[in-house]
Amino acid sequence: MGAGGGTSSYTDLHRTDVVILWGSNARETHPIFFHHLLKALHSGARLYAVDPRRTSSARWADVWLGLDVGTDIALANAVGREIIAAGLVNQEFVDQATSGFDEYRAAVEPYTLERAERITGVPRDAIRSLAHAYAGAKSAQLCWTLGITEHHNAVDNVLALINLALLTGHVGRPGSGMNPLRGQNNVQGGGDMGALPNKLPGFQDVEDDELRAKFERAWDCTIPPKNGWHLTQMFEAMERRDLRGLYVIGENPAQSEADADHTNRMLQGLDHLIVQDIFLTKTAELADVVLPAAAGWAEAEGTVTSSERRVQRVRKALDPPGEARDDVDILCELAKRFGHDWGQPAAEEIWDELRGLSPMHGGMSYARLEALGGIQWPCPDEDHPGSTYLHGRLWKRPIEGRVAPFSVVEDVPPADGLTDEYPVRLTTGRRLDSYNTGVQSGGFASPIRRPETLDICEADGRRWGIADGERVRVQSRRSAIEMTVRYVDNLRPGLTFTTFHFPDEVETNKLTNPAWDQRSGTAEFKAAAIRIEKLEAAVGVGG
Amino acid sequence: MDLKLLPAEASPEERAAVASVFDSSSEASNADRVAREGLNEAKARRHLLLPALHAVQKAVGWISQGALNEICCRLIVPPAEAYGVASFYAMFSTVARAPRVAHVCDDIACKLAGADAICATLERTIGPPGTSSADGQATWLRSPCLGLCERSPAALFQLAGSESADDDTIAPATIDEIEQILNGATVPAPAVGSTPQTSGTREPELRLLRRVGVADPTSLSAYRAAGGYDALARAVQMGPAQVIAEVSASELQGRGGAAFPTGRKWDAVAKTAETPRYVVCNADESEPGTFKDRVLMEEDPFATVESMTVAGFAVSAAHGYLYVRGEYPLATARLEGAIRQCRADGLLGADVMGKGFAFDIELRRGAGAYICGEETALFNSIEGFRGEPRNKPPFPVEKGLFGKPTVINNVETLANVLDIVLEGGAAFAGVGTEQSTGSKLFCVSGSVERPGLYEVAFGTTLGGLIDLAGGVRDGGGLATVLLGGAAGTFVSPEHLDTPLTFEGTRAIGASLGSGVVMAFDESADMRDIVLRIAAFFRDESCGQCVPCRVGTVRQEELLRRLARDGARPSPAAEADLLDELARVMRDASICGLGHTAANAVQSAVSMGVFEGTERE
Amino acid sequence: MIDVTVDGEVVQVPEGATLLDACRTKGVDTPTLCYLETLTPVNACRVCVVELEGSRTLVPSCSRAAQPGDVVQTDSPRVRHSRKLVLELLASSVDLSLASGDVRRWVDRYEVDTARFGPAAAPAAADERDGRDSGHHHASDGATAETVAQPIKIHDEMYVRDYSKCILCYKCVEACGDDAQNTFAIAVAGRGFDARISTEFDRKLDQSACVYCGNCIGVCPTGALVFKSEHDLREAGTWDEAKQTMTRTVCPYCGVGCNLELHVQDNEIVKVTSPMDHSVTHGHLCIKGRFGWQFVQNRGSE
Repeated sequence: MGAGGGTSSYTDLHRTDVVILWGSNARETHPIFFHHLLKALHSGARLYAVDPRRTSSARWADVWLGLDVGTDIALANAVGREIIAAGLVNQEFVDQATSGFDEYRAAVEPYTLERAERITGVPRDAIRSLAHAYAGAKSAQLCWTLGITEHHNAVDNVLALINLALLTGHVGRPGSGMNPLRGQNNVQGGGDMGALPNKLPGFQDVEDDELRAKFERAWDCTIPPKNGWHLTQMFEAMERRDLRGLYVIGENPAQSEADADHTNRMLQGLDHLIVQDIFLTKTAELADVVLPAAAGWAEAEGTVTSSERRVQRVRKALDPPGEARDDVDILCELAKRFGHDWGQPAAEEIWDELRGLSPMHGGMSYARLEALGGIQWPCPDEDHPGSTYLHGRLWKRPIEGRVAPFSVVEDVPPADGLTDEYPVRLTTGRRLDSYNTGVQSGGFASPIRRPETLDICEADGRRWGIADGERVRVQSRRSAIEMTVRYVDNLRPGLTFTTFHFPDEVETNKLTNPAWDQRSGTAEFKAAAIRIEKLEAAVGVGG
Repeated sequence: MDLKLLPAEASPEERAAVASVFDSSSEASNADRVAREGLNEAKARRHLLLPALHAVQKAVGWISQGALNEICCRLIVPPAEAYGVASFYAMFSTVARAPRVAHVCDDIACKLAGADAICATLERTIGPPGTSSADGQATWLRSPCLGLCERSPAALFQLAGSESADDDTIAPATIDEIEQILNGATVPAPAVGSTPQTSGTREPELRLLRRVGVADPTSLSAYRAAGGYDALARAVQMGPAQVIAEVSASELQGRGGAAFPTGRKWDAVAKTAETPRYVVCNADESEPGTFKDRVLMEEDPFATVESMTVAGFAVSAAHGYLYVRGEYPLATARLEGAIRQCRADGLLGADVMGKGFAFDIELRRGAGAYICGEETALFNSIEGFRGEPRNKPPFPVEKGLFGKPTVINNVETLANVLDIVLEGGAAFAGVGTEQSTGSKLFCVSGSVERPGLYEVAFGTTLGGLIDLAGGVRDGGGLATVLLGGAAGTFVSPEHLDTPLTFEGTRAIGASLGSGVVMAFDESADMRDIVLRIAAFFRDESCGQCVPCRVGTVRQEELLRRLARDGARPSPAAEADLLDELARVMRDASICGLGHTAANAVQSAVSMGVFEGTERE
Repeated sequence: MIDVTVDGEVVQVPEGATLLDACRTKGVDTPTLCYLETLTPVNACRVCVVELEGSRTLVPSCSRAAQPGDVVQTDSPRVRHSRKLVLELLASSVDLSLASGDVRRWVDRYEVDTARFGPAAAPAAADERDGRDSGHHHASDGATAETVAQPIKIHDEMYVRDYSKCILCYKCVEACGDDAQNTFAIAVAGRGFDARISTEFDRKLDQSACVYCGNCIGVCPTGALVFKSEHDLREAGTWDEAKQTMTRTVCPYCGVGCNLELHVQDNEIVKVTSPMDHSVTHGHLCIKGRFGWQFVQNRGSE
C-alpha cells in the first residue's frame, strides 16, 4: 500500500476494541508498545494472540491460538473465508476502496475451518472466534512482528494479513490499522532514508527516472538506474564471486545471519571487507579495515524513525571513546579520499537536504521535532502536524488515489520440512532482557538472565528421555551444536525454542535455515527442522 | 496475564481446597493450542480469591507458598497481590501455624469480664500469643471484639483440617473450656439468651425481634409460618416503584452508624441507567460492643434473605452479596442454610416465587478486618482486593461493587424493610420520633445486670434503657457509658435522660453509632479501656492514608505516655497534641475509621480519665 | 470550561479537571506526594487536601473532580493544620533525606516539627517488619516514636530498596501494576502502620515476578527505590547532580522509539530516565532502555 510503515499510532490502541497480535511476542520484544496494548485491555479491548508458543504476550490474550510454525497463511485465509461466509465483510469498503475481491473470495474458498484446523492445529472454534471478533469490532488493530516476516514466504504472510484488514475495513481510520513492529530502533528510519536496494530516501523508486533525476540534480552525480541487491542477494552474489568487496556499517552478519557456517565462508572469501561499528564484532574480526564509530544514539546527533513512523531526534550526550568517530565524519572523510569534498556537514544540514528531497519529511525541521516530541510521517510542510494514521484516503468518497488490491496467497509449508530424520521444529526469538546477538545487551548484568537453552516441553523431555538441564546435540540439515535443555510450560510437543542472543556460547544460527523470501530478503529464522541427540548415545531421540 | 508463579507446589489437601471454590468447567480444554487467560478472564475470577484463601486456611491452617501458588494459577492473580490480600486479614496466617487457634477477645466488654486473666493463664501454659503448644497442635491469639459482648468473655476457635469441625465461638468462655478445646475437645453447643426481652413474658411490641425465640431459625417453613415472605409477596404486588416510595416515606435511616436515608439510596440505584446492579448486605459487624446484626442473623436469618430479595426486586438487581463477618461462624452457618432452603423453594434463583424476576445471593465471609465494614472497603474485599476504602465520591449508588450501581445496607436496616412493606411507610414513620423513625436495637453490655440485645422505640432515654437491662450490676455506681462503640463517645451519667435518637445524641455531641450502650461502673480501669481502644484503631487501620496509618500510632504512644505520667513536655502540651492528631485524622483521613478514631479517646481524656496519674 | 473559586479568585478549568488542576491553574503551590500525572490517583498521602465549601471533611485535591461553582480554600487554618500534621507524621516515621527539594520546601513552609512526638524508636531488625502480623502489634511505652527504619535491601546489581525512606505512596505498586508495567511483582502487604511494599512472601526481587524495568524507581518520590549505580556513587561520595547533564535521545534497542534522558556525569551515564510527558513512554521504560546503556561505556575501557 505504498510507503512501508505501521498505519496507526501507539496511542490509537487505547481506543481500539479488538487487537490481534500475530507472530509477535511484544510483551518481551516491544515492552513499551505492550504498555499501550495493556491500556486498551484495561479499557475492555479483547486480545487475540496467534503464536506457536504460549508466550508472555499470548498469556494476556482472551484467546491464544497456538498454530503450527509456518501455517499463518492457512489460518489467515480461513479467517477471511469465515468472515465472508458469515456475512461480516465490510462490503461498502470492499466495493469502494479495494480491487480483486472476487479472486480473493475464490482463492480462500477451499480454506474451510475444518481444513485450517488440520493444517494449523488450531481448533476451529478458536479460528471462528477470532474471525467474528475481528470483523465484528468497531475498531481493530492487527499487529505483527518477525513471526510473520522471518519466513521464506514473508511477503505472502504479510499480504494474507492485509487481506483481512481490507475485508473488514480495519485500516485508515482512528483506532483501526495494521502495525508491523520494528525489531530495531531504526529499521524504519533506514527504510525512510533509502537504505533499501530499490528505494531512494522517502520511499522513492530508484527505477523511476523522474525521481532519480531529482536526486541526481541535487547531488550532482549519476545514480545507477537499477535496483540493487538486498542482503540475501548479496550473499548469493558473494557465492557467485560477483560481489567481492563489502562495506558493513553497524551489522554483525557473521553471527546474525541464518546458516552461520555458510555466512562466514562467504565473508572470508571476499577480496576486501570493511566494517564500521562501535564494537570489534565477530564480523569486524574478519575485516581488512575496521573503522571505529561513535554510538549513534548517545555520541552523535541525528534522527531515527520508530514503528509508528515517528521521526525523533537522537542527541550527543557523551564524547566517543578513543579514535571512534561520528558516522558522518567517517563517510565524509572517505568521500574526500575518493576525491569528493563534502565538507563537514552538521547532522541538521544533512537532514535539511533530505527534507528538500523527501516530500514525506518536508515539514520536519529540527526545531519542530524538538517541540513536538517527534513527528509521524508523512509531514509535507511546516504547518502539517504529522500523520497519526495512514490510508485515510481509502475512506474518502470517491477514494483518493489507487484502490488497495487483495492478494491471492496460498499456504506453503516451511522450507525446512519435518521428516523422520529431522522430526522436531525449532523456532527462534528474543527474550526480554537480551537483544539480537547480545553485543549491546551483554553489557549489563541482568539479574533475570540465564544461560541459553534449548527450550522443550516436559512431555517431549519424558518421551525422549531427556532430562531438564541435560546437555544434548542438536542437529539440523546444516550443522550441529551442543545445547542445554530446559523444560518450559509454553511449548507443545514437537516444538522447541531458543534465541541467538549468545552466539559465543550457543551458535544458534548454525542451525537456522537461510531459505529466504525473494521479495523481502529475509531468511526463515522461525522454522528449522532439527533432531535432538543424547550426547553419550549420539542417536536420534527426537520424534 | 503473564504471571510468574512461585516454585512451590501445593499439597493435595491444598489443591482440593482451592478446587472446592473453583468451577473447573471454565478452564480451557486444549491448553496446548488454545488458552484463555487474559485480563477479562482474570477479572471474572478475581472475586473468588477471598473464598479460596478461606478454603485453604480451613483445610491446612495457614496459607503456604504452594497453596498461594495454586490459588494464583487457578484464579489468574499475581502472587504479590494475593499475598497482599492474604496478609491483610487477621484470620489468615501466611506462616505455618498450629491447626487449632483460640482467638481470645480482650476487647472492652471482655476486658471488663476478666479476659486479661484468661490471657495471662494462656501465656503461662502455652506461651506468648502465637506460640504453639507443646504438641504443636494449638496456639492462641488476642482478638479484638468478637461481637459476643452480652456473654463476655468470648473466644473464637479456628479449627483447621478437613476432619475438624467448623470454626466456632464460646461465650461466656472459661480458661478450662478454652484449654479443653485447644486440646481437641468439641466446642459446646452455643449458649442461648442474648435477647432478654424474648424470654419470660414476651413484650408484644417487638418488631425486629418478633420471631426471635419463636420461629426455628433453621427452618424455612417455621419462618413462613411466622409471617415470613409475606413482605416479598406484598412487594411484588406493589411493584418496585411503590416499594421504594414506601421505604422513602418511612424515613428509615441506616442502622450501621452513618444514618443515611435508605429510600434515597434505593431510589438513586433504581434510577441509574447502568446495569448490572447489586444489592449488598453489610453484615461485617465489627464495631467493638456491637452484636445486634449477629443476633438477627443467628436467630432470624431468613429475614435477611427476604429483605435483600425485596431490595433486589425494588432496584432491579439480580445479584446480592451478603458479606458476613469472619468471626461469626454461627450466623454464617444459619445464613448459608437459609439461602440453600430459599433456593430450593424458588425464593431465590432465576424466577423468584414464580413472579418473573431473578435474584440470588452469594455469601462472602470476611476474614478479620474491622475496616471491611466500611462499605467501599467491603466492595474491595468481595472483589478480591485488599480491604482498603475507596475515595468517595463516587458513591456506591453510582460506582459500587464491581464498579456498578449498588445498594448497600446493614442487616438491621434491611430487617426494617419487611415491616415497612407490610404496614406502609407512613405507619412505620409513626413509631419513634419525628427525626428517628421506627424502633432500634441496642447492644447493652458492660456493668449491667442483664446485658443483651434490646429493641426499643426511638426516644427511650439512655437511663431508661439501662434500667431495662436491670441497672448497674451489683448496685454499683455508674461511672460512664460508651455510646456508639469504639468509634463513639464516652458520656457521663449526667446524660442519662438523653433520648436515644439520632438527634438526641447529636445534641450532646455523641452519636448512636451502631447502637452500642456499654456501661462502666466505678471499678472499671478506664485508662486501660482507653488504651485498648487506641490499640484497636492502630491494629485495624488499613494503612492506606497517612493521617490514620501514622496518626493512630502517635495517638496510642501519646496515651501510653499519659497513662504512665511520662507526658512530654507537659500534660497540657500532650493534650493539645492529642487534639491536633484528632483533627488531622478527622479532617484528612479517607474513611470513617480515621474520622472517628479519636472520638472515644478524646471524650475520655476530656472526662479526666488520665488526670492525677501516679507512675505505676 | 467550568468555573471554580480558589482562595477567592475564579479560575476556569476544563470539564473533568481536578481541584488540583484548578489550584495549579491559579498558580497555587500545592504539595503532593502520592500524585503523579501518569498514574491513577490513590489519594493516600492526604497532603494535597483543600477545604471545599459544603464538605464535612477536607478533600484530596488530586483526585476530586472539580464541579461548577466549587469554592475552595487552599491556605485556611484547617488546610494548613492537616498538611502540617501529615508532613509531621511522615517526617517523624520516615527518612525524608532523599526526598525532592519540593518536599523540603513544604516541610519548611508548614513548620514541621517532629520532636514533639518524641525521639525516634530504634530501627527494626532486617526483615522483621516483613513478618508482622495484621491486627497484632507490640505497643511501646510511648517514650519513643515508632518509625519504619530498617536495614537497606540490596540483593542484585540493579536495584536498591531502602524502605526506611518509604512513605507508602503506592506509586511503585501502580507503576509495576495496572498503570504501566502490569507485572505486579510488588504490592502492599500487611496492614496499618505495618503495611509495607512487598513481593509475595517477601521473596527477593530476582526470584519474584520483577522484570527490572526500573519503572518503580522512576516514580519513587523519596529515594526509597534507587538504581544501584546511583546508590554506589552516593555511597562513594561522588554523586554530584550539579555536575550532571541530561540529554534526551532515543533508545538503541527495539523499534518502539522510547525517549531516554541520559544523566551524564564526567562523560559517564549515571542514570537513565524517560520523560513523563512523552506519548510513547509516559516516563516508563523496559530493562534494556533503563539499564542497557553500559555497552557504550564498557567499550571505552577496552
